[in-house]
Amino acid sequence: MAAEPTPSQTVGPFFSFGLCVRPHHELVDPGRADALRIEGRVLDGAGAPVVDAMVEIWQADAEGGHRDGFGWGRSGTDAEGRYAFVTVMPGGEGAPFIAVLVFARGLLKPVMTRMYFPDEPDNASDPLLAALTDAERAGLTAVAENGGMRFDIHLQGERQTTFLAL
Amino acid sequence: MSDLRIARVRDGERRGVDPPYLSPDYRSTRLRAPDRPLILLPESMHDPTGPVYGESPLAETDSDLTRQHDGEPLGERIIVTGTVRDGGGRPVPGSLIEIWQANAAGRYVHQRDQHPAPLDPNFTGAGRVLTDSEGRYRFTTIKPGAYPWRNHQNAWRPAHIHLSIFGRAFTERLVTQMYFPGDPLFAADPIFNAVREPAARERMISRFDWATTTEEWALGYRFDIVLGGRDATPFEA
Repeated sequence: MAAEPTPSQTVGPFFSFGLCVRPHHELVDPGRADALRIEGRVLDGAGAPVVDAMVEIWQADAEGGHRDGFGWGRSGTDAEGRYAFVTVMPGGEGAPFIAVLVFARGLLKPVMTRMYFPDEPDNASDPLLAALTDAERAGLTAVAENGGMRFDIHLQGERQTTFLAL
Repeated sequence: MSDLRIARVRDGERRGVDPPYLSPDYRSTRLRAPDRPLILLPESMHDPTGPVYGESPLAETDSDLTRQHDGEPLGERIIVTGTVRDGGGRPVPGSLIEIWQANAAGRYVHQRDQHPAPLDPNFTGAGRVLTDSEGRYRFTTIKPGAYPWRNHQNAWRPAHIHLSIFGRAFTERLVTQMYFPGDPLFAADPIFNAVREPAARERMISRFDWATTTEEWALGYRFDIVLGGRDATPFEA
């Protein structure tokens, strides 16, 4: 029996007391030797920080699987639009990437993208990256910074991050 | 060999019940809606897995928002039940549902909600529940009040409860809002009406349910949720 889907609606401005009370941004112990800090900002079409966004990630563990349910994280954004995660480099075959969803007031459905990593040899053979322009590829590739990674998400405009159709 | 073509599509170009990103009557979409084409990946390139709730067991008070404080919250006590299914109609068991809402006066426990309606010291308005082996869920709460939001002159949101559902795959994540039948504010609400298809809007409205209405205790509302299959099929297919 096929069923008709329930439409998406925005998270609105007041989700944090419901969705962000428990900390979910550290996927591993920050003290671990292979812990990787990822941070970035969510910005709107005018370049202003989106202070009421929620970023979720889903990724493989260092061995390329989801052992012990590993792989999900959630971070709100602060007054500068900044989110942050502590995780590990995803392993497995092909170019490593982290799937990213952003929810916010003003987003009637989430935007989805992928964060790739700089200087990965397998990036050259990744089918998504191969389909993009140089500028789009750069937008989906994190920047190594302060021993971690920075990945800014531009919702709209000239520098808009490339999003995937859901 | 599977089809690995990657296409560029405009938002809303494909069939689907979700609202378009840009819905100008909802002002906040104007600077936040993506305006470049979206990349349509072949299904095989999407990770079929997604997060599963695996932390400590949920407390009973997680799904009873009327018992999270010392006293009883004010307002109309309601019991909300429903089933979470996938696009094929199969139940989705063990899926985390997170809910949040305003209190009976229409006020959120959030520092940026400062409109002059009272907070209720006995009501936070946040809860969690896992679907059972048949995809069913149930929570007890207070019927939320309408909420004023300054989007346009005399703008009031119809009473609603926010729900976030994990689903099976990360691409299946759903955040939606459950409305109440017969709300006079539907016609003027740009968030509700951003969903273009009338039948799809109807699916966001819970229905009053005698079966769960409990004598001298609470009114029952039923809200069934269907995940996935959103925008899954191009028009031309």
